[in-house]
Amino acid sequence: MVKLKIDNYDVEVTAGTSILEAARSVHIEIPTLCKHPDVDATAGCGICIVKVNGRIMRSCCTPVAEGMEVITSDAELVDVRRTVLKLILSNHPNACLTCIRSGHCELQDLANTFGIKDAPLPNLTKRWPIDDSTKALVLDSSKCILCGRCVEVCQNQQNVWALGYQNRGLATRISPANGINLADSPCIKCGQCSAHCPTGAIVEYDETQKVWDMLNDKDTYTVVQIAPAVRVAIGEEFGFDFGENLTGKTYAALRRMGFNRIFDTNFGADLTIIEEATEFVRRFTQEPETLPMFTSCCPAWVDMLEKYHHDMISHFSTCKSPQSMVGAMAKTYYADKMGLDAAKIKVVSVMPCTAKKWEIVRSEDMSSSGFQDVDVSITTRELARMIKQAGIDFRTLPEEEADNPLGEYSGAGTIFGATGGVMTAALRTAYYYITGQELGELNFSEIEGLEGVKEATVDIAGKKIKIAVAHGTGNIEKVLNTIRQAKENGEELPYHFVEVMACRGGCIAGGGQPRVMLPGQPKPRGITDDIRRKRAQGLFDEDLHAKNRLSHHNKSIQTLYEEYIGKPNGEKAHHLLHTHYTARERYKK
Amino acid sequence: MGDTSVATQVATKWRKKRGSLIMALHEIQDVKGYVPWEDALEVAKTMNIPLARIYEVLTFYNFFKLEAPGRAVISVCTGTACYLKGNDKVLEEFKKELGINEGESTSDHSFHLQCVRCVGCCGLAPVCVVNGKTYGRVTISDVHNIIDEWRRKIEEEDKELAHG
Ligand code: SF4
Ligand code: SF4
Ligand code: SF4
Ligand code: FES
Ligand code: FES
Repeated sequence: MVKLKIDNYDVEVTAGTSILEAARSVHIEIPTLCKHPDVDATAGCGICIVKVNGRIMRSCCTPVAEGMEVITSDAELVDVRRTVLKLILSNHPNACLTCIRSGHCELQDLANTFGIKDAPLPNLTKRWPIDDSTKALVLDSSKCILCGRCVEVCQNQQNVWALGYQNRGLATRISPANGINLADSPCIKCGQCSAHCPTGAIVEYDETQKVWDMLNDKDTYTVVQIAPAVRVAIGEEFGFDFGENLTGKTYAALRRMGFNRIFDTNFGADLTIIEEATEFVRRFTQEPETLPMFTSCCPAWVDMLEKYHHDMISHFSTCKSPQSMVGAMAKTYYADKMGLDAAKIKVVSVMPCTAKKWEIVRSEDMSSSGFQDVDVSITTRELARMIKQAGIDFRTLPEEEADNPLGEYSGAGTIFGATGGVMTAALRTAYYYITGQELGELNFSEIEGLEGVKEATVDIAGKKIKIAVAHGTGNIEKVLNTIRQAKENGEELPYHFVEVMACRGGCIAGGGQPRVMLPGQPKPRGITDDIRRKRAQGLFDEDLHAKNRLSHHNKSIQTLYEEYIGKPNGEKAHHLLHTHYTARERYKK
Repeated sequence: MGDTSVATQVATKWRKKRGSLIMALHEIQDVKGYVPWEDALEVAKTMNIPLARIYEVLTFYNFFKLEAPGRAVISVCTGTACYLKGNDKVLEEFKKELGINEGESTSDHSFHLQCVRCVGCCGLAPVCVVNGKTYGRVTISDVHNIIDEWRRKIEEEDKELAHG
C-alpha cells in the first residue's frame, strides 16, 4: 500500500494505482479525454494534469508514490485545462447543433464545464471525407480529437486492427490502412470504437427515417422486434438507472409509434436454442470431428471468423441469429397464419448492435423467406431518438405486452444478451435433450461475469462436456489456438462447446447501446465494467423470476414446430433457420 | 496486380527478426522507388503484421513513398500568401491540364501534382516549384508553358536514355 495526500486528504491505495484512480477513491473527479478505463492511457490529451509536489504531471499515467502531495485543481491548473480545451476546439468543427452525439459528448461536456464561451479563432479543422461505407457506422474524422481510444480498442481489445493512425503531426488521422474505407478493411462492425469514442467522430449509421417511412406507409404491415439487451439499456436515455428492465414500456412506445405487431427477439433466442442445442447434441453424439462447436449469433464474430479464422468454419454452428430467425418466421409462418402478403410485411429490429445492420444483408441466406427477412436494423440509440421525436413520454408510459405468437419467451431467451447467457440457455435445453430430464441448478456461475475467457465442465448423463465462453474478440485467439494445437497433436479436445460474443460483456455493451451521461452519473464517462455488470444483472434477474426459464418449454415455440417447421434441424429448419459461411479476404482488392 | 515477388523475398528474409519491419519496407522502396499497396499486403501476410500497423509506419515517415512518383513533381504552394494571390486557381488549371487531382500522378508517371505549405518565397507569390525550380508570380496562362517545358525535358531525357 502507498500513502499519499491528494488535495490534503490522506489516501491509501495499492502500488501501481494511477493518481487519477486514487483521486476517485476520495471523491475527486479529474477531467479526462484520452483515458478510458477499458484501455491504456495514450496520454495524448493533457487535460488530466495535476500538480505533484508542485510539478505539473498527467494523472492518468502517473502512478502514486509514497508521500506524494497532489493538488488536483487550482487557478493555474484550471487555466491550463482551458487552454488544452481551446486548442482542441480550434481543431474541431462547430457542429454541435447537428451532431448526433450532442448532449452526450465528452468534449462538449468539458467545454461547458470549463466555461469555454467562444470558439477560438482561427478554426483549423481539417475536413475529411465522411466514411459511411459500412452502412453500420459513420466515421467523421473531422470530429476526431485523436484521443486514440478507438485505435486501442480496435487493435487490442478487439484484435481486429481495422483502425490505425495515419500520417503524423497535424495531418494525423484515424482510419484504416492507407486511408481506405472501413468497408474495404477488416472491420467487423462491432462498433466498439463508437462505444468508446468521446465525441461524435464514430457513430451509428442512422436509419430512423427509413423506419418512419415504413410506418407512414399505409400499405405496409410493420413488425418490430427488440433484442434482449435493449430492454436493460434504453431507460438510460430517459433518466432511468443502468440495468433497469423496461420491456413493457418499450413495447408500449413501439405500439404508439405505429407498429402493427410488436414481437420480441427473445422468442428468436428460444428458437435459436432449440436449433442450436439439437445441432450440438448431434455433433456431440454423431460427429465428434466437428467439435468444438462455436455459437454463431454474434454477426461481428461471424465476420471475424470468415476473415480471420476460416479454418474453423466447419466448427461454426449453422444457426442463424435470433433477429434473423424472427425475420424469417414473420415473413413465412406468421404471414401464412394470418393470411398476410409477405411482400407487404416490413420487419424492423431494434438491436444493441451496429454489426446487426450488416448481418441482415450478409448473404442470400438472409432472404430465406423470398424477401429480405429483416428490412431495417436500428440500434437502441436510434430507437430512443425515435421515441423522443414521436413525443412519447417514456418515463410515465404504462407497461404493455408483446403480441403473439412471436412475442412469447423464456428466461433463457432473455439472458442471450449477456456473456455466458447463450451457453447457459443452450445447456439447459441440451441437458433435457440428452437425459430427458431438467437440470436442477439452471445457472452456471463459472461462466457468468467479466473474465475474458471462462471455462467449466458440465456433467450430462455421465459425459463431461467442456465449455468455454469468450467475449471481446481479442480474447478469442487464445481459445482458438489451444483448439488448433490439440487437433494438430491429436490430443483430447480442450472444449466441446464455445460461446463467443464480440463485445466485452456481450450485447449488453454492444456498439449501439446508449452512451449517455446521467445526471450525477459516477464518472468515468462511457461504457464501464460497472455498467456492464448492472445491465447483465438486469437480464439475469428477469430470468431468475421468469415463470418459464427453458426455451423448450416456450409454448409458442412448441406450436411453431407442430404447425410449421416440423423437426428441429429438419429440412424446413435448414432452409429458414440455418446459414452458410465463406472464407473472405481481410482487405477488398 | 503488380508483381510482389520482391516483397515476398524481402519479408521472408526479415520475418524472424523483431522490429525489422522498417528494414523490409526500406528494401522494397530501394528496389521499386515506392511501396505499392500489394507489396504492403504481402509483407503483412508474410511477416504476420497487421496492415494497419504497416501503414502507421509507412505514413509516419516522410521517407516512404506510397505511389510511383512522377518524374516532374509539381508543387503548388497553398500557403496563406500564395492562396490569397490566387494559387487555388493555378492549382485548378494544373489539374485540368494534367487530368489528375492533387496527390496523384499522370498514368505515364511523367507528372506528379501536389500541394505544399509556404515554400518561403512569399514575396514571389503565387509560387510553384517543379523539381526544385521555383516559378514566381504564376498566372493561369503560365501553367501550360510550365508543363510544356518539363514535357520537353522528359522527352529529351528519354531520347538520351534510348541512345545511351
Ligand atoms: S467497428 Fe469494431 S472492428 Fe470496426 S473499426 Fe470499430 S472497433 Fe474496429
Ligand atoms: S475517432 Fe473518437 S475515439 Fe477515435 S481517436 Fe478520434 S475522438 Fe478518439
Ligand atoms: S456481442 Fe452482441 S452487440 Fe456485440 S457485436 Fe456481437 S451481437 Fe453485436
Ligand atoms: S492525458 Fe490523461 S486523460 Fe488524456
Ligand atoms: S505562402 Fe507561398 S511561398 Fe509563402
